[in-house]
Amino acid sequence: MTTTKDPQQTESVRILVPAGMLGAGFAESTVERGIALGADVISIDGGSTDSGPAYLGASKPKTTAAAVARDLRIMLTAAAGAGIPVIVGSCGTSGTDAGVDWVAGIAAQVMREEGLDLTVARIYSEQSAADLKEHLDAGRTHPLPPMGELSVEVLQSCTHIVGMMGHEPIVAALEAGAQVVLAGRATDTAVAAAFPLMKGMPAGPTWHVSKIVECGGQCTTNPRSGGVIATIDADGFTIEPLDLDAACTPTSVSAHMLYETVNPFQMREPDGTIDVSEATYEALDERRVRVEGSQFHVADQHTIKLEGARLTGYETLSFAAIRDPLVLADIDGWADLLRTILEQRVSQTLGLGPDDYEFDIRLYGHNAVLDNLEPATGPPREVGVMLLVSAADQATATAVAKVANPLMLHLPTPDMDYLPSFAFATSPAEIERGAAYEFVLNHVVDSTTPTSMFRIETKEVLA
Amino acid sequence: MTHDTITLGEVALEVRSKNAGPFWVTMELFMRDEVSYALAADASYVNEEVVAALYGVEAGAVQLFRIPSLNVVKISFPRPISQGSLRDRDMHAGQHHVPLALVRVPAPVA
Repeated sequence: MTTTKDPQQTESVRILVPAGMLGAGFAESTVERGIALGADVISIDGGSTDSGPAYLGASKPKTTAAAVARDLRIMLTAAAGAGIPVIVGSCGTSGTDAGVDWVAGIAAQVMREEGLDLTVARIYSEQSAADLKEHLDAGRTHPLPPMGELSVEVLQSCTHIVGMMGHEPIVAALEAGAQVVLAGRATDTAVAAAFPLMKGMPAGPTWHVSKIVECGGQCTTNPRSGGVIATIDADGFTIEPLDLDAACTPTSVSAHMLYETVNPFQMREPDGTIDVSEATYEALDERRVRVEGSQFHVADQHTIKLEGARLTGYETLSFAAIRDPLVLADIDGWADLLRTILEQRVSQTLGLGPDDYEFDIRLYGHNAVLDNLEPATGPPREVGVMLLVSAADQATATAVAKVANPLMLHLPTPDMDYLPSFAFATSPAEIERGAAYEFVLNHVVDSTTPTSMFRIETKEVLA
Repeated sequence: MTHDTITLGEVALEVRSKNAGPFWVTMELFMRDEVSYALAADASYVNEEVVAALYGVEAGAVQLFRIPSLNVVKISFPRPISQGSLRDRDMHAGQHHVPLALVRVPAPVA
């Protein structure tokens, strides 16, 4: 493939995004059609923080290997045939080094089976607490709202920390000859923006379209429809769905700037800020939208955002259900009594104080989802009682849940003078969840260079 | 003079909520037309203080965007409980829109 960077000779770049996430699945025809329409690159996001801290904390993927293999097989085969690169960002859900290697292993297997001979680059984004301490000590780390200043203790408490790369490391891998780029944690936008920026496309339209295509078909009239193809040129971009039954409309495209963003007009990237406040959206026909006026303001200081998760303990879960109207008539009183008696029994039997464990009682069907924000009143018909216990070790968490077991089976309300029996869902009643994590970083580092916090390894995978 | 009232959810096309990263919740009121948008965008019905009271957060931390070109009002605020920690009961913040959707506004005159 060519690695020549000559903006004068590239008038437009077409990016094909088959789905919002690697492993989410898409029709084979999605990619075939995108290639037929002249795609120059296939880009896809492989991860997110959206499903919670466990994937980063434990460095485990959310997707199953078979689903990733299926998607990679379609993309790598089509891309090899067309001679265009494939870029995957945030490999393995959280973008840890093990996540990159996991996707690379699946890709190697697919390439062997399909007889593909492609040069693969892995970009590692994991950060060590020791390296970050140097940035901290040098005053190069800054909190993002609502977090406070970073401490070395918080850094050292993380099981895994990743830095979110911008487009620069991906461009470096492409320029070094990679045909397949498997990136660790990257901004959703950088995955799509890297190739067009390398080809000299203007930053405003490139970053804007990269935000729009991050979730594949979500910016179309049929979010289940699969992917999109976007053409970037000197003045703006044009976008259309790859499913002929779906359409991009000015509303469907502009509305996607709202998705999972705090501010719908401005979005910070490592290299600067996307600004769509002046962008115009025009329907070219029933399926295609033209966008112009997008801007990108290059920042004075390039920054890398950090994500880190730490172990909070080990959790055990227990689940019973209540249908008795007499208990449901005062379910809050019953739950308060359960909390009080559970704490007493744990103290008496296990000798544990309030600092030794934590628990949460959630009344599903009553207020489990919104808790004290719940606007509804009136007795529910049935309520699931979930007890979630956290302790420093699994045995303690399970011991607390076992102490709660007779209470969750038989506890009467304050005015009942007999023992009710409630409906347990499983035997045994306790489910050990293992290690649990929480996100603790929401900070940026002033980058020394846009690529210095990332490591690129390139090698040819021979069929 | 009293008005008949209706909930924002009843006059909206869609009310939704989602994480904007692990530490922020963002919500959108997609209104049906300019008339219903005018209700959602009216600062006397939906404002930072109303949102703060509904969600137990500081009014000063609430960001509110009125977008007439899309008939959308968008609201963001920091999560009081970080995503996925022991007491988080809504991992994707996908059900946080309900109290907002139940805010009552004057019913549009037919």
